[in-house]
Amino acid sequence: MRHIISILIENEAGALSRVAGLFSARGYNIESLSVAPTEDASLSRMTLVTRGSEEIVEQITKQLNKLVDVVKLLDLTEGAHIEREMMLIKVRASSGSERDEVKRLSDIFRGNIIDVSRTSYVIELTGDSNKLDSFIQALGEITILETVRCGSMGIARGEKSLHL
Amino acid sequence: MELSGAEILVQFLKDEGVECVFGYPGGSVLHIYDELYKQEEIKHILVRHEQAAAHAADGYARTSGKPGVVLVTSGPGVTNAVTGIATAYMDSIPMVVITGQVPTAVIGSDAFQEVDTVGITRPCSKHNFLVKDARDIATTLKKAFHLATTGRPGPVVVDIPKDVTDPNVKVPYSYPETISMRSYNPKIKGNARQIRRAVQLILSAKRPIIYSGGGVILSGAANSLTELTRMLNIPITSTLMGLGGYPATDRQFLGMLGMHGTYEANMAMHECDVLIAIGARFDDRVTGKIEQFCPNARIVHIDIDPASISKTVKVDVPIVGDVDSVLTEMLQLMRNTDSELNQVELKQWWELIAKWRATDCLAYDHDSDLIKPQYVVEKLWEITGGDAFVSTDVGQHQMWAAQFYKFDKPNRFVTSGGLGTMGFGLPAAMGIQFANPDSNVACITGEGSIQMCIQELSTCFQYMLPLKIVNLNNRYLGMVRQWQEFFYGSRYSHSYMDALPDFVKLAESYGHVGIRIENPADVEGALKEAFALKERLVFLDFITDQTENVYPMIAAGKAHHEMEMSPKSVLI
Ligand SMILES: Cc1cc2nc3c(=O)[nH]c(=O)nc-3n(C[C@H](O)[C@H](O)[C@H](O)COP(=O)(O)OP(=O)(O)OC[C@H]3O[C@@H](n4cnc5c(N)ncnc54)[C@H](O)[C@@H]3O)c2cc1C
Ligand SMILES: Cc1ncc(C[n+]2csc(CCOP(=O)(O)OP(=O)(O)O)c2C)c(N)n1
Ligand SMILES: [Mg+2]
Repeated sequence: MRHIISILIENEAGALSRVAGLFSARGYNIESLSVAPTEDASLSRMTLVTRGSEEIVEQITKQLNKLVDVVKLLDLTEGAHIEREMMLIKVRASSGSERDEVKRLSDIFRGNIIDVSRTSYVIELTGDSNKLDSFIQALGEITILETVRCGSMGIARGEKSLHL
Repeated sequence: MELSGAEILVQFLKDEGVECVFGYPGGSVLHIYDELYKQEEIKHILVRHEQAAAHAADGYARTSGKPGVVLVTSGPGVTNAVTGIATAYMDSIPMVVITGQVPTAVIGSDAFQEVDTVGITRPCSKHNFLVKDARDIATTLKKAFHLATTGRPGPVVVDIPKDVTDPNVKVPYSYPETISMRSYNPKIKGNARQIRRAVQLILSAKRPIIYSGGGVILSGAANSLTELTRMLNIPITSTLMGLGGYPATDRQFLGMLGMHGTYEANMAMHECDVLIAIGARFDDRVTGKIEQFCPNARIVHIDIDPASISKTVKVDVPIVGDVDSVLTEMLQLMRNTDSELNQVELKQWWELIAKWRATDCLAYDHDSDLIKPQYVVEKLWEITGGDAFVSTDVGQHQMWAAQFYKFDKPNRFVTSGGLGTMGFGLPAAMGIQFANPDSNVACITGEGSIQMCIQELSTCFQYMLPLKIVNLNNRYLGMVRQWQEFFYGSRYSHSYMDALPDFVKLAESYGHVGIRIENPADVEGALKEAFALKERLVFLDFITDQTENVYPMIAAGKAHHEMEMSPKSVLI
């Protein structure tokens, strides 16, 4: 099963490598990882996407919790939650028909064209991973020059929140 | 008070109550060594190799109730110490390792004797720190001692660049009496509901057994464990790491379990209906084939580390907490309840166990002309009144030590269980002797292992440590040879020990007493003679039967009831 795990971790040098090291040392699967400081500068929030049987994911959360720098952990998959990923995608847009098609698709997926050149567009798109994948599919014949995606971020719905 | 980083470090150690530090100097720790020179409260023990500093601190920690402290220089000092740090990590031993680092300004530039200490020790320490400012030394060290000694203990590394201990840079110092870390709050008290459930399950058992481990020793729970076991009158077995947690000479004790455990312990595990795991981590040497582990049992597991619970074996009643605290609560509940174990069933259970015991699974040949290693350990036990501190190295001799030295007290048996580090025994024995200067300390070793830290004989002479080294010299890497005999068609690939030194002369050249023993008849006399030499280290080189094997044995991937038995045991 796919799990999305959020952790609050001390914002210290090396904190990220402790998490990354744990996954490689124990052979856990890691699909994506995103990290940035929170409104409290002493804390970073990390979102990890991983896959494994229930037993493995239980071990993963226990081992993460065991890291001295980890302050709090929440497996978002256990409840209703929102997931977002962002993608910047640069596509070939030279001919009029290409430009029209890309603009149309971007609107349908509620993306923004944020850079325009004579031959290319850069589109910014957010959503869950599936939506971003679908957009890429939808591009069809359009030539993709470059894609860059951040890892998934997640947040629980409703009152539930991950804070100190 | 304004002090330099080096002064703060030494003052902190004094304020923390550290009595001795095991170390080895070098460039990046010279400021610290200069401060050590100027004082007498903290005793620094100069080893001959940094690996030994960590093992000695390990032995000290296991037998003193205090964390071991290590001080080494950057680069090779650190890499040499890593084996010792990893050894302590695997056995959850409290230790603080202070390592020198190149100056902050050159970190990352491949400076002379630079190594990424935090990177290298991350996966083999409980936690580690890099201190970049002298103002942070005291709080960081306080955190390190706190982390090392609480929760599931373990080694903590504090890496300090040379400029941070500069004698010319003074900063304020006051001893931090307490420390709190928002991200670290180990749970001591077990969940009350879970404890009640456990008590109910235990009292409903027909064939219960206690499987106790190193957590009992680390928790200081030998007394409560003994009280609980006696009160219930149920059988108990122990892991290698738990030996001494319950008196080995007691009738309820079935001996060690696992790969080289006794027939009765392993059969009782296989047939039990309720398993009470206490401070044990279901290691693969213990469980054998996981699918067939305790096939009929419901399992209670007490452990302070949530990650130890249901890691390899799924348990029914998990209790996260300190063993002593949880057992004390269980005892209280049991005293106040009317229900008790079904005595008829329990009697039948003991009868079954008696049958297994009758196999005499540890039997060996008493009439041989060759010295049997088991006999040496048995005699050592007799002559020391079962009350010595014993360290071991790794191999067959280690297993015979576990099987034949019957530990009645905790913290007496010091062995590398998790990492299985050859070279551990001698330096660990040094640490034990420093912590217990008036006690008998024996190191049971093999001619292979002893050579991995043999240089420490020099340290022993410098500090006049009267260790008794019991070398079970079979001229083989015996444990390897045994596997090759059983599983590789007796192709003894590189498991002989050729070109051995004359251990007697070697000991003598280091200033010690050496005795070679070649006849069974001389074993007892030599041991007595050695222990009579109260002030001297005696190296006893027992030339033992080369072909002796450790029995019983559960081959890798086999289950508890599939033991390989000694030809000398009684078949049933
Ligand atoms: C050659 C060789 C052969 C071996 N053969 C065997 C064998 O036949 N049988 C055997 O048993 N072992 C054997 N071992 C040792 C084995 O590898 C493991 O080291 C050992 O079984 C682990 O013991 P343990 O489960 O007691 O755990 P330990 O490693 O002692 O771990 C302690 C557990 O207790 C927990 N704990 C710590 N403090 C507390 C506390 N205060 N309260 C609650 N819980 C706490 C920890 O979280 C941990 O889970 C062998 C080793 C070697 C080198
Ligand atoms: C540092 C290290 N290297 C290799 C091993 C693998 N190993 C385990 S037991 C053993 C043989 C030990 O020989 P010896 O010390 O003579 O003990 P014996 O088994 O003969 O009693 C070896 C090589 C180990 N445990 N540690
Ligand atoms: Mg040998």
